[in-house]
Amino acid sequence: MAAPVKRWSCVGKRWVLAYIDGGSRHGRGAAIGFTSRRKRGQSSVAQQPLITAQKSRKGEHEWEAVVGLEIHAQISSNSKLFSGSQVHFAAPPNSLVSFFDASLPGTLPVLNRRCVEAAVMTGLALNCRINKKSLFDRKHYFYADLPAGYQITQQRLPIAVNGSLAYSVCVGKKPSQVSTKTVRIKQIQLEQDSGKSLHDEPRSQTLIDLNRAGVGLLEVVLEPDMSCGEEAASAVRELQLILQALGTSQANMAEGQLRVDANISVHHPGEPLGVRTEVKNLNSARFLAKAIDFEIERQIHELENGRKILNETRSFDYKLGCTMPMRDKEGKQDYRFMPEPNLPPLLLHDTASLPPGADPQQVINIDWIRERLPELPSETREKLIQQYGMLPEHSFALLNEVGLLEFFQNVIKETRAEPKKVTSWVLNIFLGFLKQQNLTVNESPVTPSALAELLNLLDRKAISSSAAKQVMDVKRGNPRAINKLMGLVRKATLSRADPTVIKKILERKLSS
Amino acid sequence: MLGRTLREVSTALKQGHITPTELCQKCLFLIKKTKFLNAYITVSEEVALKQAEESEKRYKKGHSLGDLDGIPVAVKDNFSTSGIETTCASNMLKGYVPPYNATVVQKLLDKGAVLMGKTNLDEFAMGSGSTDGVFGPVKNPWSYSKQYRGKRKQKAHGENEDSNWLITGGSSGGSAAAVAAFTCFAALGSDTGGSTRNPAAHCGVVGFKPSYGLVSRHGLIPLVNSMDVPGILTRCVDDAAIVLGMLAGHDPRDSTTIQDPVKPFTLPTLADVNKLCIGIPKEYLAPELSSEVRSFWSKAANLFESEGAKVIEVSLPHTSYSIICYHVLCTSEVASNMARFDGLEYGHRCDINVSTEAMYAATRREGFNDVVRGRILSGNFFLLKENYENYFIKAQKVRRLIANDFVNVFNSGVDVLLTPTTLSEAVPYLEFIKEDNRTRSAQDDIFTQAVNMAGLPAVSVPVALSNQGLPIGLQFIGRAFCDQQLLTVASWFEKQVQFPVIQLQELMDDFSSDFEIEKLSSVSLK
Repeated sequence: MAAPVKRWSCVGKRWVLAYIDGGSRHGRGAAIGFTSRRKRGQSSVAQQPLITAQKSRKGEHEWEAVVGLEIHAQISSNSKLFSGSQVHFAAPPNSLVSFFDASLPGTLPVLNRRCVEAAVMTGLALNCRINKKSLFDRKHYFYADLPAGYQITQQRLPIAVNGSLAYSVCVGKKPSQVSTKTVRIKQIQLEQDSGKSLHDEPRSQTLIDLNRAGVGLLEVVLEPDMSCGEEAASAVRELQLILQALGTSQANMAEGQLRVDANISVHHPGEPLGVRTEVKNLNSARFLAKAIDFEIERQIHELENGRKILNETRSFDYKLGCTMPMRDKEGKQDYRFMPEPNLPPLLLHDTASLPPGADPQQVINIDWIRERLPELPSETREKLIQQYGMLPEHSFALLNEVGLLEFFQNVIKETRAEPKKVTSWVLNIFLGFLKQQNLTVNESPVTPSALAELLNLLDRKAISSSAAKQVMDVKRGNPRAINKLMGLVRKATLSRADPTVIKKILERKLSS
Repeated sequence: MLGRTLREVSTALKQGHITPTELCQKCLFLIKKTKFLNAYITVSEEVALKQAEESEKRYKKGHSLGDLDGIPVAVKDNFSTSGIETTCASNMLKGYVPPYNATVVQKLLDKGAVLMGKTNLDEFAMGSGSTDGVFGPVKNPWSYSKQYRGKRKQKAHGENEDSNWLITGGSSGGSAAAVAAFTCFAALGSDTGGSTRNPAAHCGVVGFKPSYGLVSRHGLIPLVNSMDVPGILTRCVDDAAIVLGMLAGHDPRDSTTIQDPVKPFTLPTLADVNKLCIGIPKEYLAPELSSEVRSFWSKAANLFESEGAKVIEVSLPHTSYSIICYHVLCTSEVASNMARFDGLEYGHRCDINVSTEAMYAATRREGFNDVVRGRILSGNFFLLKENYENYFIKAQKVRRLIANDFVNVFNSGVDVLLTPTTLSEAVPYLEFIKEDNRTRSAQDDIFTQAVNMAGLPAVSVPVALSNQGLPIGLQFIGRAFCDQQLLTVASWFEKQVQFPVIQLQELMDDFSSDFEIEKLSSVSLK
């Protein structure tokens, strides 16, 4: 009997939220209602990725959730998509703005070759068909950080279409139960990023920074083939690794180089898809998963209570853990798309279609790019599994941290220890230490050589496993750990050694 | 000296008959003298004198930069000029000083040209009269010519002559008036639907619209990107060819310019027209065409025929759909191009700051005139999702048919088309403003805008004076990127017709010695 009451209270709070939202986005009362609902137990969608079962008062009804994603990845390039301005994160405001970026009258776009190549590389890595002819369009809307009043994008004929992305999700309680899934990629389009608006509420001012205005973006549209937050987050994670491997985007979500909008709807199996909502601007994988799962539950709850889902844009409040309608997108937008008249069609070639005697600086050869694609994460993982007999989940873990794979490979090179042992040490002890200390791999005080030497000693049985762990402890900056090591040495020397000498030797050894 | 052509004055400069500074000062004096024409929005006197001084140094050292060195030129006020206000004759851009030069302006300066100032136009080049700019209308110098005044005295007695001044046509009316009144030797206009050729015809000067993509648009504040081209206004065809030679070619800042290098060229003299095929499009015989223009058109055709050219009637079957199609495409691009004028980065900003949206709305209401706002409104209507297919897409298809009409005619062996430029000679301002801008533009662009939709080169050449003593121009249309051939034919024609020099000496007594008034040569087409 408790659930309906909670639902009712939730509905009540929801109304309060909508009301408060008119003036402020921080409706505290609403948060309680939503938080309590989240705890009610249906957050297990992650463990049941495909079908979320929920009991309706009117009888047994299963719900299916459908999730599609639009991902914006900032292209890693020296200059912007259509201008010569530099691209840097966190440069002083408005220091990277060309006349074109500020939309000075009479300026014209000039397409950046590097951005086109990045789009082709990404398209090929995602198994897309590359369109040899693609077009640019203007998408109009008024916004303070969009100086031209329109964004140049590829609405009609994008550069790449019909691809796929394979990703893996855990299907059981054990991490080893990994299942591979595929999401279709509808298209990849080149477009401009907007500037940034900084709202100064007390002074009711908006400050505009145009450094980001005109930076090249790859918009990757994933078909609604996913069904929960975890799937979406895993797909995004895999895409992130691919972009980083290609070097086409740094894809750092915290720095806004990868931004995700999720389209979410629910329906009963066998019935047509439900009305969808769009949750905008998700900038971490964790919030992406949370927002989607919240939204699925919210929609089910709304429908089960006889209400309708509005086709609306929502934002995710990560503090409150809930989604809410966005104020500024309430009115129906008509973007009044129009062909961009200042850019001729973008023509690409393959070796067969390459015009004879063409200047390589003037043409882009898809085949040439394909031949030079770097190793993709899936291939790297397969190699690790083949070469070292590694478990699939370990190969995932190695690729998941920036620099960890390289660290692992450097240790392997310098040690006689079994790959399995190295894997276990790197993934459990080394990574555990880093996590504890909140360090990245590149900030690690332990070098690959040091760990390799330690593992060699362990391999020769010169030291015990527990002694090796003590060494790691000192290495990571725990001075007290040296006392334990001294104890071990004294035991080994039957207390004949001078403790101060032992300490000196140990310190010298460990700091080397 | 001032009445001469660019080529002539260039020779005089090279031979030291006059120095660039003297020439510049004479032009500046004349600009002041003809201020009432309202041809210039900004006179860049200081800059001009400095440039002339630099030019003079070069001539003294024998390092002249070529035919344009020291030549006074004017530029329509919709081309960006670094450090010189560029207004588009709009409140929206009053006080806007661009930080860069349009490519064409830079090219002129690189060749040593002396920039006299920025010329008047219809607001954002939207109009066919040069009457709808925030700085007021441009007056046609021919209103004050001996030729026109003499005829008027015979007819109307006691009329207030000053209220009866004539429009220049537009939208590059300031540039046309500046060249016609001898204040400069060449001027840049822009041509989207006829904006260079129309005022050229009304002001008795040559107005040349190059092929789309031959001359860079970078820095030209756009009206319709897919149709705009920088235009050239001069006193003779040869001068237009000289300026074109300086401006043509690929610009890395304009992706729609041709990739192939353009070789500098001099216009060959056509010995005869025996091998030439002139097409006369029958659809251009519009009912509104004045009998006088029609008669000069057929005389011109006869002239070609009598000199040995093949003259044939041709058909451009989709001509009647052209103006409405132009209207849809033009307003749609205008709606898009004008979106950037929001008061944030540059230009006018209103005082209202209750919200960003309110600020946008008031800024744009205060900044744009009715004509611009009207075109933005209709353009946005055509671009709406529900209308896009029925209007924009359809208009694009018609545009393709119109372009194909020309291709078919040229493929059938026609070298150049001969048409009227305007329906009639220039009309008095009071007459002109009886109709609204939209109606006027639709009428006045009738013979000119199809060329812009097809991207072809076209030139208006003054032919003769009407019964009222006003200039009438005819238009030649060439194949895409055959600009040189087109100008060669136009130049031959120009030599045959011997269009009379405007007689402004009553107006500018101080300069009577400078005009070296030639005896009116017999006008062969009369």
